[in-house]
Order: sequence, then structure tokens, then C-alpha cells
Amino acid sequence: MGLLKLFWSLNWGARLGYVIVIFFAICALFAPWIAPYGQSQIVGDVWEPLFGEFVFGTDQIGRDMLSMLIYGARNMIGLALLTTGCAFGLGALLGFLAATMRGWVDQVLSRFVDMIISIPTLIFALIVLSATGTAIPWLITVIAITYAMPVFRIARAVAMDIEVMDYVEAARLRGEGLWWIMREEILPNAMTPLAAEFGLRFCFVFLLISGLSFLGLGLQPPLADWGAMVRGNADGIAWGYLHPLVPAACIALLTIGINLVVDTAVQKASGLRDDQ
Amino acid sequence: MLLKRLVLGILTLVAISLLITLGVEALSGDVCTAMMGQMASAAKVAACHSQLNLNLPMHERYLTWLWNFMQGDLGNALTNHRSIASLIGNRIGNTFFLAGLAALVAVPLALTLGVIAALYRNSFFDRAISIVTLSGISVPDFFIAYILMAIFAVWLGVLPAISNLDQSMDLWDRIYISALPVLTLTVAVSAHMMRMTRAAIVSLLASPYIEMAKLKGIRPSRIIIKHALPNALSPIIQVVMLNLAWLVVGVVIVEVVFVYPGLGALMIDAVFLRDMPVVQATAMVFASVYVILNLLADILSMLSNPRLRHRN
Repeated sequence: MGLLKLFWSLNWGARLGYVIVIFFAICALFAPWIAPYGQSQIVGDVWEPLFGEFVFGTDQIGRDMLSMLIYGARNMIGLALLTTGCAFGLGALLGFLAATMRGWVDQVLSRFVDMIISIPTLIFALIVLSATGTAIPWLITVIAITYAMPVFRIARAVAMDIEVMDYVEAARLRGEGLWWIMREEILPNAMTPLAAEFGLRFCFVFLLISGLSFLGLGLQPPLADWGAMVRGNADGIAWGYLHPLVPAACIALLTIGINLVVDTAVQKASGLRDDQ
Repeated sequence: MLLKRLVLGILTLVAISLLITLGVEALSGDVCTAMMGQMASAAKVAACHSQLNLNLPMHERYLTWLWNFMQGDLGNALTNHRSIASLIGNRIGNTFFLAGLAALVAVPLALTLGVIAALYRNSFFDRAISIVTLSGISVPDFFIAYILMAIFAVWLGVLPAISNLDQSMDLWDRIYISALPVLTLTVAVSAHMMRMTRAAIVSLLASPYIEMAKLKGIRPSRIIIKHALPNALSPIIQVVMLNLAWLVVGVVIVEVVFVYPGLGALMIDAVFLRDMPVVQATAMVFASVYVILNLLADILSMLSNPRLRHRN
């Protein structure tokens, strides 16, 4: 009941955001039970109409679009969560390290990050993927490294402020080790700003992954993914089929939903009012 | 200050070139066998090795590459053995034409809308614009592209769905045929610029000198244009340049959607064929443009702010 009360206390934008996010989360979690068909099962003719026998029609080789969308939610959200998680783990660890150790460690890490950050993310991903091929572990590694860079900057800035606090000084004098200070003193106090950042970065990661899979460099069949669905159905547009717009709309809807949620979360956390 | 920023920019470019050449080689293992497959004859692989200077030690290889790159000799493509310089030369103009046209439309549009939204803040117009731009930022470029294509090319049938530009066309034909990609980029890039313009102006409206201007009885539009805008210039320039830099990169997906013969489409093709020299060269061009525009952003915003201009 408490949760429901909290929900009604939000403005309509945030409510909409939560509804969208929860809807896609349910699709992702329970995909095999919700989806009427398998993600690579051919069930009908090519490009059966939308809202006919199949809710979202069938794709360019006759697979059920609805099932692909549901499985796609599972595959893409799973991949994006894992990647964003890795990016945050790496970025936060290095950022805290730079802030607590200072000196040359900070210098080396910061300059390295400056360099990687000055390469556009899509181009960086394309360079590395062209060298390594598009296996999923490489996909995760590349994107996690690219997005660990901005996380590093934020984590470092936040940790710098925490690191000068008296309780950290006290821990140092007690003789606690570097790892202990990072884990027990800095991490708990850096959690709030990092959590807000997580939602935002998740959107970027999600968009980059869909961009890459749209280009054919993301998840490979038989795994369904929304970006590849757009590309696969794209030829239909010329014949007046609107099928490619459906998965593209899903990508858009999910990222807008997350943005709405993050917006309110940030406003709540910082106590900012809308500008008058 | 300026000099320091310049040197930093050049160092970044050198570092990127190192990453692109040596890093890629370390990751890809043997490019030649990766591309030709395990079945390639030893002689063919050896020829490919010597073409890529793979028999040279690492530092020599990099320096040779850099030396040739500086002189505009980018080597030959592995797949069709054409000179990369001419491959890129044909397409770089197209890409800049596309990005330039989009910038020409997007920048004035975004700035005007941003100022108007700041002027009538919290009105219906402002809210509507805010929702539209929030969606514009969150939506993938190809979604915008296909929606525009469905509306203008299929439904209304007024614009071409495929932008197969070629050299013989005159300017108007070129603009007509690249109208949809330009429109897509404009929508994608304006949203962010507009939001930031509005935010930059609104954040100044609480300052004492704006209060003073208000008390003097100046019209709201004059307050914003004469008093707030010049002071918001630095962040606005930053955002405009950032978006221009993004634009040059954002063309990659838009070019693929509309089959536009630009640098981005060339790079994607090369990535699929694993034609490393072409990938390296195109990536270097993209990264350079990106770094240079970011550098320009810093310099311009420094020049627009007297306090930064005179600081030593």
C-alpha cells in the first residue's frame, strides 16, 4: 500500500515513466510465458498486416512480431543492464582509486579517460568491433569500456569531495587499507549520485546497442533484438508496411520512460523545483 | 590558455591515431587471415602482410603510417585495392554537404525556438516544446528517419526515400535528394540545442541585472535578447559545437538508412568486410573532425567571455 501511495504522489510524467518501465520489465522477466510463439519460429506469411491475426503482424520472413518484441525486450534489456553494470563497476572502481590515491595514479587514469572520451562512442565501438568481430562478450566489453569513462569522471569528482571528510581521515589514522576505505567509507556515500547517473547511462547504452544492432553489429540471430528488427523490416516501408516502426517505437518508448523516471528521481534527490 | 588547449588537442589526435593503428592490430590478431579466411594461400597472405607493413616492427609501422597519412597517402583498400584517399575523397564532400546543410537549418531553428521557449516559459508552447524535445533526445535516429520516410516518401510521396546522390547533379537536385536525411538530422540535433539554449537563458533570469532591467520597465523580449542572451552565449556556443561534432558522427546511421554515399556508409561497409585500412582511415577522419570541433568550441566560448579572454 505504501508503494501505491508513493506512486500517486508523483506527477503524471513520472507515473507514465514508471508504468512504461515496469511494463517492459515484466515483458523481459516473463518473456517465455507471455510470448505466444518462439523468437525465431516462422508462423505465417511475410508481412502479415498489423492488428490482424497477429497483433503486430509478421516480419520479413514470417516470424511473429509480438513474440520477437517480447523476447527482444528480454535480450536487449538484459544486455544493456549487464553492460551498464560493468561500466559502472569499472568506472566507479577506477574513479575511487584515482580520488583516494591521487598523485600519478590520478594523473595517468585521468589523461587516459580524457583521450578515450574524445573519440565519439559509435566510432570507437565500430573500430574495436571491426577488429574483434561481433561476439557478445566483445560487444559488452567495448560498450562497457566506452561508458566507464564518463562514470569515472563522476565517481572521481564525487569521491574527491568525500575523501577530504573527517571520517575518512579517521579511517586512515586507524590504519584501514585502501580497499576498505573505498568500500566502506566512499562507496556508501557516493551511492545516491551514482544511482541517478545509472538510469541516464542505461539509456545511452541502450541507444548505442540498438544503433549497433541496427547496423548489423549487435546481437546475431536467432536472438531477437529491436534494432535488427527495424533494419530487417526496413524494406517494407517502401511498400507501405509500417512494421519497422513498431520495434523502433519500442526503443523510443523505453528510453523516454527511463528518462521520465530519472528526471523525477534527480529532482527529488536534489530538491530542485522547476524553474519559475 | 589557448596554446595549452591546442597542444592538448594535437596530443589527443596523436593518441587516437596510436589507438586506431596499434590497438586495432593487437586486438584483431592477423588482419590478413581474418579477412581472407583460413583457406588463403601463403603467398597471398604474405603479399597482404607486406602491403600493410606488418613485417616492420611496431614503432616503424606507426611512424610510416603517420608519415603517409600526413601526406594524404592512405594506402589501398584490402578488398578492392583502390586507393583509400580517392575512396574517401569522393565521399567526404557528400558527408560534409549533408552535415553542413543540417547545421544550416538546425542551428538557427534551435536557437530561435530556445529563445521563444525561454520568453514564454511555462506556457503551453513551452511545455509542448519540452515534451517534443525530450522525446527527440531519447529516440533513436533511425526511428525519426523511418517515420519521416513513411510520411514524406511513402504517404505523401513528395520526397525521395533513397538519397543516391551523384557527382553530376546540380545544387538544387542535391538538396532535393538529400532533403530527408537533412530533415532527420535536424530533428535529432535541434532538440538538445534548443533545451540547452532555453536552460542557459532561464538560469540567468534570476540575476540582479535582469531584475534591474525588469524594474526599468523594459519589454520581456528585449530583456532576453539584449541582456540575457549575450551572457548565455558561452554555454550556447559549447552546446552548438558539441552538437555539430555529434552531427558529423550521427550521419553514420542516417547515411545507412537513406543509402547516402557518404563517409559513414563507407565505414560501415568496411567494418563488415573487415577492411582494416579503410576502417582506420575513416575512423581517423571522424575522430579528427570531432576533436577539432570540440577544440573550436572551447576557443570560441573563451573568446565570447571577456573574463576568460583576459585570464592568463
